[in-house]
Amino acid sequence: MTQKILLSRMEAHPSDSQTLARYVDTGGYATLRKALKSMTPEEVTAEVKASNIRGRGGASFPTGVKWGFLPPDIRPRYLVVNGDESEPGTFKDRMLLERDPHQLLEGIILSAYALDVHESFVYIRGEYPKPARRLQRAIDEAYEAGYLGGNILGSGFDLDVVVHLGAGAYICGEETALLSSLEGRRGEPRLKPPFPAVEGLYSKPTIVNNVETISNVPWIVENGGAKYAAIGPETSSGTRVMSLSGHLKKPGDYEVVAGITWRELIYEVGGGILDDRELKAWVPGGASAPWFVPAEHLDTPVTIDDIAKQGSMIGSGAVIVMDDSTNVVGAAHRLVRFFSHESCGQCTPCREGTTWLERILLRILDGYGRPEDIGLLLDVSDNISPGLTWPPAMTTICPLGPSSTAPVVSMMKYFRDEVEAMISGAPISIGGVSRG
Amino acid sequence: MINHWSSENQERAKELLEQYPEKRSAVMPLLYVAALEHGYVSEDAMREVAGLTGLTSAQVQSVASFYTMYKREPVGKYLVSVCTSISCYLRGADAVLEAIEDETGILDGETTPDGKISVEHVECSGACGGAPAVSVNWELVEGLAPDKARDLIKWLRDAEPSVIFGDEMQMLFGGQQSFDWGPKEIEGAIAALPAFDPYGTAGGEK
Ligand SMILES: Cc1cc2nc3c(=O)[nH]c(=O)nc-3n(C[C@H](O)[C@H](O)[C@H](O)COP(=O)(O)O)c2cc1C
Ligand code: SF4
Ligand code: FES
Repeated sequence: MTQKILLSRMEAHPSDSQTLARYVDTGGYATLRKALKSMTPEEVTAEVKASNIRGRGGASFPTGVKWGFLPPDIRPRYLVVNGDESEPGTFKDRMLLERDPHQLLEGIILSAYALDVHESFVYIRGEYPKPARRLQRAIDEAYEAGYLGGNILGSGFDLDVVVHLGAGAYICGEETALLSSLEGRRGEPRLKPPFPAVEGLYSKPTIVNNVETISNVPWIVENGGAKYAAIGPETSSGTRVMSLSGHLKKPGDYEVVAGITWRELIYEVGGGILDDRELKAWVPGGASAPWFVPAEHLDTPVTIDDIAKQGSMIGSGAVIVMDDSTNVVGAAHRLVRFFSHESCGQCTPCREGTTWLERILLRILDGYGRPEDIGLLLDVSDNISPGLTWPPAMTTICPLGPSSTAPVVSMMKYFRDEVEAMISGAPISIGGVSRG
Repeated sequence: MINHWSSENQERAKELLEQYPEKRSAVMPLLYVAALEHGYVSEDAMREVAGLTGLTSAQVQSVASFYTMYKREPVGKYLVSVCTSISCYLRGADAVLEAIEDETGILDGETTPDGKISVEHVECSGACGGAPAVSVNWELVEGLAPDKARDLIKWLRDAEPSVIFGDEMQMLFGGQQSFDWGPKEIEGAIAALPAFDPYGTAGGEK
């Protein structure tokens, strides 16, 4: 099935899909008009629940269920849209913000109406000034046209939307860190519970949703939640924008319906492996996800649950492909270095553990690996996340620390012989090129 | 209010303080405005932001030091940030960084003696489909081969553009993109800060 929800406008109107004129011309804000006139907030919420949509930010949590956690009688409530997008491999929210900001904005207004929210913040990573400018211009246009501000379209509903730029910290994508940052503090995660829906921004009930999640809301309300739920498998409903990168002929953002196989995604959608080399491994859902390999996973379906059952996650929908020339120790080191840089430092296992893992991997890469480093890597990983299971056991405030073990454990599981050869200094052949 | 700030930035500061339910939330945007005034997030800049938000200087310092984009030392007119995270690494980012270091004669983390160019490696820039990715003053260029990276540096040095536009760099030096960028963007960066109109850091149409 080639259903398009999120990318249809930008593909049909590449030259001006970001403008209000084009948005309205292609049916935009008609849903909002209809909802404000003839639907109650409860009815809008019911459609989102019925859609079975699960969050696109990483945790795949059902959006309708999250919305249901708001305590009924505390006001104000806030809606915070997560546009921090910093998980290596992920670049979908950037496109949604740049190319179709009104789609997101209409989703925000509909969601705010459903949730009785009158002030919403969009947190965009500091490295994304262009997406922020595009969204800000859309917001300015929307105020001008009466889609934002007081008494929206004469309905009596008020909403303000503010764009807040981050300043370079991956951890601010984690929702409680994001709220700390938005409050003008260091972006340090907080222990949950309390969950943000109960105690979030300024200790008020707050819904945090990803840019892509909210961008789906106009279609869901327009066409009905049931119709959205009918797209794709029951527990992976709707479409998803997947970011394909690495050794592919056609990297890019693609809107796909869950249920296609990895083979189809990598060889058809992504155009196959660069220079027709062999596929070695891929990361199925952003840097935090355990790797997949062709022998075990190539013909399995791309759905949230199938990936989870096989010990990984769809995460942010970012697929990073490695061909047979890839040095797995190099790749694992690059991934671990990221977590080590981005650790906020609150929890000892994460702060110390990621630093250790990075150093050991670098030592092996530099040719100074010791035989005991294999055991040491696994031991340090086990100290960060006991049992080395997925989803990982938690010893820390947030999942960043445990996620850092995924590349190491994956490397050991599938390519231990390569790591051992590298340590022993034995000549090895990676993708037909001998090293060592 | 801080009288040595431009009247525009004083106005901006007022608006930023009003746009949040609590003043403290304006710390991050105000640090950008202050950095524009001072050229970087200096001690004075942090003191001024503290004054505006009712926090202590120590509190503002603790916030500023958490985020990598608040530069507490002067940086060059052009901040060249090379992504070396996984997807860019797989597509040759290390060679791009080396070419840039070689062309500028400085190492990762340094600024050229004439104060024009700073080079740093950064984590994923959200341009993984257009790897390897580099940004100048946070405006992106995607699919940048090492020899084009050298040309980019020469261009910065010789042409000294006053506003950095991503589309212009992409056209001159770029390659594979993460996605179709669509129409040309009308604003660009006037400093080594994210170019965003409400912060006064964006410059207009080319
Ligand atoms: C370390 C870490 C980083 C995260 N980064 C992001 C991010 O950049 N964007 C995002 O939407 N969610 C991110 N998340 C997930 C958020 O915590 C949160 O679950 C999500 O924004 C909720 O939105 P959703 O339900 O619509 O997916 C991150 C989580 C963790 C633990
Ligand atoms: S796990 Fe790491 S990033 Fe998360 S709160 Fe602890 S130290 Fe910070
Ligand atoms: S890994 Fe370089 S832009 Fe994402």
